[in-house]
Amino acid sequence: MNKLIVSSSPHIKSKDSTSRIMLDVLIALLPITVAGAIIFGLEALLVVGICVVSSVLSEFVFNIIVKKEQTVGDFSAAVTGLILALNLPARADAWWQCIIGSVFAIIVVKCLFGGLGCNFANPAATARVFLLISFTGALGGGNAPLYSSSPELVSGATPLEVLTSGGEMPSITDMLLGLRGGAIGETCIVAILIGFIYLVVRRVIHFETPLVFIATVFVLSLIVDNSFYIATYQILSGGLIFAAVFMVTDYVSTPITRSGKMIFAVGCGLITFLIRYYGNYPEGVSFSILLMNILSPYIEKLTSKRPLGGKKA
Amino acid sequence: MTSNKKLWIFLKGLIAENPVLVLVLGTCPTLAQTGSVIAALSMGIAATAVLVCSNVVISALRKIIPDTVRIPCYIVVIAGFVTVVQLLMQAYLPDLYDMMGVYLALIVVNCIILGRAEMFARKNNIIDSALDGLGMGVGFLIALLAMAVIREVLGAGTFAGIEIPFMADYKIPILTMAPGGFLVFGILIAVVNKIGPKKGEEKRKNFSCEGCPSATLCGKVSCAENTELVVNVKEEEVEDNGN
Repeated sequence: MNKLIVSSSPHIKSKDSTSRIMLDVLIALLPITVAGAIIFGLEALLVVGICVVSSVLSEFVFNIIVKKEQTVGDFSAAVTGLILALNLPARADAWWQCIIGSVFAIIVVKCLFGGLGCNFANPAATARVFLLISFTGALGGGNAPLYSSSPELVSGATPLEVLTSGGEMPSITDMLLGLRGGAIGETCIVAILIGFIYLVVRRVIHFETPLVFIATVFVLSLIVDNSFYIATYQILSGGLIFAAVFMVTDYVSTPITRSGKMIFAVGCGLITFLIRYYGNYPEGVSFSILLMNILSPYIEKLTSKRPLGGKKA
Repeated sequence: MTSNKKLWIFLKGLIAENPVLVLVLGTCPTLAQTGSVIAALSMGIAATAVLVCSNVVISALRKIIPDTVRIPCYIVVIAGFVTVVQLLMQAYLPDLYDMMGVYLALIVVNCIILGRAEMFARKNNIIDSALDGLGMGVGFLIALLAMAVIREVLGAGTFAGIEIPFMADYKIPILTMAPGGFLVFGILIAVVNKIGPKKGEEKRKNFSCEGCPSATLCGKVSCAENTELVVNVKEEEVEDNGN
């Protein structure tokens, strides 16, 4: 008789679980991590290791201290740590800043608000902003790749900084392969696209949201600069594509509804564009995600569907 | 018994009814003046001095001040004491005066001082009001100092301007900036709420109308009744929208 489960609707069963989705995201991040290690050397792997281990450990310790059920097994802390690490430059001398960022992401942004599913903002994006404001010198920009077709061009400044200050840019091929300055995971566009395709095929994310985000930045740059060349560089440089695939599609901190997701992506693109063109920081992707995270409950409320016969919200 | 009661009037301001961390009043100076220990200390002392003096004077004048214009009267009394403190500081501690900037003058509109005048001094005798002012002032000072120590030591690697050898190498500058103030403030409130008196449902039911600043507007006997009223109004609104 125990096989009879009495519950309210919905009754659809699926194999989806938090850990399966998170595992898929980890698999999708794998090529990017490998690419980062090849481009920036072993230091990149060290940063990734530090962030993942300290993220998982902080969730583990927090759950023990507040006597909550252990949630490390759902891999979400590992995903947060990995995404954060891929957003940082490969600099092992900044190891303690990586630890602070991971602890901040997991404990302050996620666990203090009630754990996975209750955090209002993307932990990795928030921690990145936290580190960016705190340690402008060490973690603000990126660092130079080990191999480059024209090493003298890449002296540590990310293409965005070069674009803002004026100067020669790496070629489009270098941009696609990731042979440029920047954070560990954001440079190799090809690897990010492999992860993107995997996630879309596994139906973990919808393909529209990242595309709308990227398209918004592209179109706005095209309008302002009136040049396909600059607009292409705008979307290829910085952490835009990485964030579009792995951060704008976060389940927890973005709207649930389809139209809400579109509004979210357009908003992110608009804020990114505004910060890049008119703000003080060369990169605005993390800020835009954080700002739109705050707006997501309202977007969701405005776009939520009315059940048949239900009252207007 | 009476001495115990007097002691409690003083002690409740420290933790149980800490103006900053439990009542969440006076957040503006709390966030702005806790970037360094010295600023927090001088802010706390200045506010305590004004709070004790204004509580005493308002308590002494409580039968003279007409009820309808009491808020302007309190403001005038508080502004008078703030001016005294300001002039004294400008004369004897000019460096500190420059450091405090506009926040010294803003003590006039500090919610804690106005709140204690409204909630306590106008209903109690002079000695009790002085004790209440002192307790609340010291509570404010403790909260400011706790925040300032966390923010300065972790954020700048110094304590009251003196460098701490180990911390200076591993400082987190964001903590001395505005976002860090909010972060530390939120976490401190959470910690005090966890270890201190439990806020929430239970306390709201017991909240008496005597201490309530909107008692005259409200006109209800207890807050439980008031909550029901709010719920009813909301339901009506929903029905209206539905139509």
